[in-house]
Amino acid sequence: MSTAAYTVRDSATMLRRNLLHIRRYPSLSIMLVAQPILFLVLFVYVFGGTLGAGLPGLPGEAGGSDRGDYLVFLTPGILFMTVASVALGTAISTATDMTTGIIARFRTMDIARVSVLTGHVLGAVIRTGFAVTIVTGFAFLLGFRSDAGPLRWLGAIGLLVLIAFSLTWLTVGLGLAADSVETASNTPLFLVILPILSSGFVPTDAMPAGLRQFAQHQPVTPMIDSLRALVTGAPTGSDLWLAIGWCALIALLGYLWSRRLFLRVPAT
Amino acid sequence: MTTTSPAIEVSGLTRSYGDHTVLDGVDLTVPEGTVYALLGPNGAGKTTIVNILSTLLAPGDGEIRVAGFDVRREPAEVRAAIGVTGQFSAIDELLTGAENLRLMADLAHLDRARATAAVTLMLARFDLARAADRRAQTYSGGEKRRLDLAMTLIARPRLIFLDEPTAGLDPRSRRDLWAIVRELVSDGVTVLLTTQYLEEADQLADRVGVLDGGRLVAEGTAAQLKRRVPGGHVSVQFIDAAGLAATAAAHPEATVDAEALTLQVPSDGSIAGLRRVLDGLDDDGVAALTVSSADLDDVFLALTGRTAEAPAAEGIPA
Ligand SMILES: Nc1ncnc2c1ncn2[C@@H]1O[C@H](COP(=O)(O)OP(=O)(O)OP(=O)(O)O)[C@@H](O)[C@H]1O
Ligand SMILES: [Mg+2]
Repeated sequence: MSTAAYTVRDSATMLRRNLLHIRRYPSLSIMLVAQPILFLVLFVYVFGGTLGAGLPGLPGEAGGSDRGDYLVFLTPGILFMTVASVALGTAISTATDMTTGIIARFRTMDIARVSVLTGHVLGAVIRTGFAVTIVTGFAFLLGFRSDAGPLRWLGAIGLLVLIAFSLTWLTVGLGLAADSVETASNTPLFLVILPILSSGFVPTDAMPAGLRQFAQHQPVTPMIDSLRALVTGAPTGSDLWLAIGWCALIALLGYLWSRRLFLRVPAT
Repeated sequence: MTTTSPAIEVSGLTRSYGDHTVLDGVDLTVPEGTVYALLGPNGAGKTTIVNILSTLLAPGDGEIRVAGFDVRREPAEVRAAIGVTGQFSAIDELLTGAENLRLMADLAHLDRARATAAVTLMLARFDLARAADRRAQTYSGGEKRRLDLAMTLIARPRLIFLDEPTAGLDPRSRRDLWAIVRELVSDGVTVLLTTQYLEEADQLADRVGVLDGGRLVAEGTAAQLKRRVPGGHVSVQFIDAAGLAATAAAHPEATVDAEALTLQVPSDGSIAGLRRVLDGLDDDGVAALTVSSADLDDVFLALTGRTAEAPAAEGIPA
């Protein structure tokens, strides 16, 4: 087998290891899914009436919106939060994993070393798939409806996978860089804050000037706008390319950073 | 690796942490197919050497070749040739024993059928078959240690590092492990192990190196080392004080413990020396008699002029 083939095989082996970990430790998964669901319920039922009334008319409607419209507006932002929440969990599990003795064993073995990290990332993407499915199902239960065709849903799924992939490489890096599991559970919290300071919860037009500037230019906004356009059937425009570009950049930087952190021989 | 080059070749190895020098010029050669024991107390630098040789830690100065490869320039080749069981447990606690072994078999790129066979074989050989489907988290210390070793051996490496392999094992498990090491050696495997017990080095090693203050202060076969150490003794427990006093008078060099009714006579381990002690004894007057050989403390005392700070709590089982 070639080196590339070994890398693929080792990554598959490490993925199996991480999936077993996820299965053996379900409470973390439950916590990670519960958080976005809590936000969904909280925002729709506590603030939804007021926020919905303030929404500019959604496509196909003549202005004046209600709680149901707000649910439609909010769901893409909540889906992003779900991805971010699982990514945060990955920072924790990566940092935890680094404290275990088996990592030292892996380092003495002739394996594709980065596969230890690839295993975490692929495992996280699969975990995200389950989480997003549960949260989407929950949104439908609350009354979310979409006219988008299967092709657009496929596009939304593709974009979610891409977001999960890029955020996870970033949080794997945060997990490796953290000096403790505790730190690793704090540093990625900005991922949960960013969607609130984006177009996810209220339209950016409703924000005060300085915040609006930030919200309109930060990477999370085009991601959520694209998701929203895809699932509501609106045109995606340039947002989609911007979102894909951001994801590619974050994934690349996260990968290079994580790789560097993991491969260094402790020389000090 | 050619048959003529040694499995491990180290010269002038140094390593420090900040301004604390841990290794201060270590020279070491281990021929293929032999067992080398590094003997030293806590903090002597045993783990540091193992970590450097197994590419886990960057060396300071010195030439280091493992399995014929340079650890700095060819770490991947070194890793392909070695198996390591470190001082601290290197198992995945969330996986079962069988899953841990399967993980190693897969990472060694065994095909499906051979991997399954190897896992079954290892579980049986290390007496883990009954615990195979339990999470390693729930294993006892001895079971964890055995699993750890099985994970190292499943890929059949030709050069093995064992860092304090028997620490925390009961006497039976310790003997089982010794038997496994001997079996490996009879298959031509090279072993470098570290230990705090001269007895263990004695049982297993072709050569023993005594590590102290970042240097090898002595090297040789266990027998050679022991000859340099006059630390063995015969201790006799008497049934009454009179017997103790009478024998003590005949052995002015002995230590008397009046409370325990015990007399400790220094011995070089020879039959003649033992006979001299026994000749003066009356069968009815003696409660117990033990012959102890030199232990690490004695070795250290003799070689360095001071006592090793070996942990008192886990002395070698007699
Ligand atoms: N990361 C580190 N930073 C600073 N000092 C260290 C570090 N690792 C080891 N040391 C020091 O290096 C010395 C040798 O440590 P090492 O672990 O090699 O000893 P050892 O012979 O394996 O001891 P033990 O029998 O306790 O396992 C010790 O004094 C230790 O405190
Ligand atoms: Mg040690």
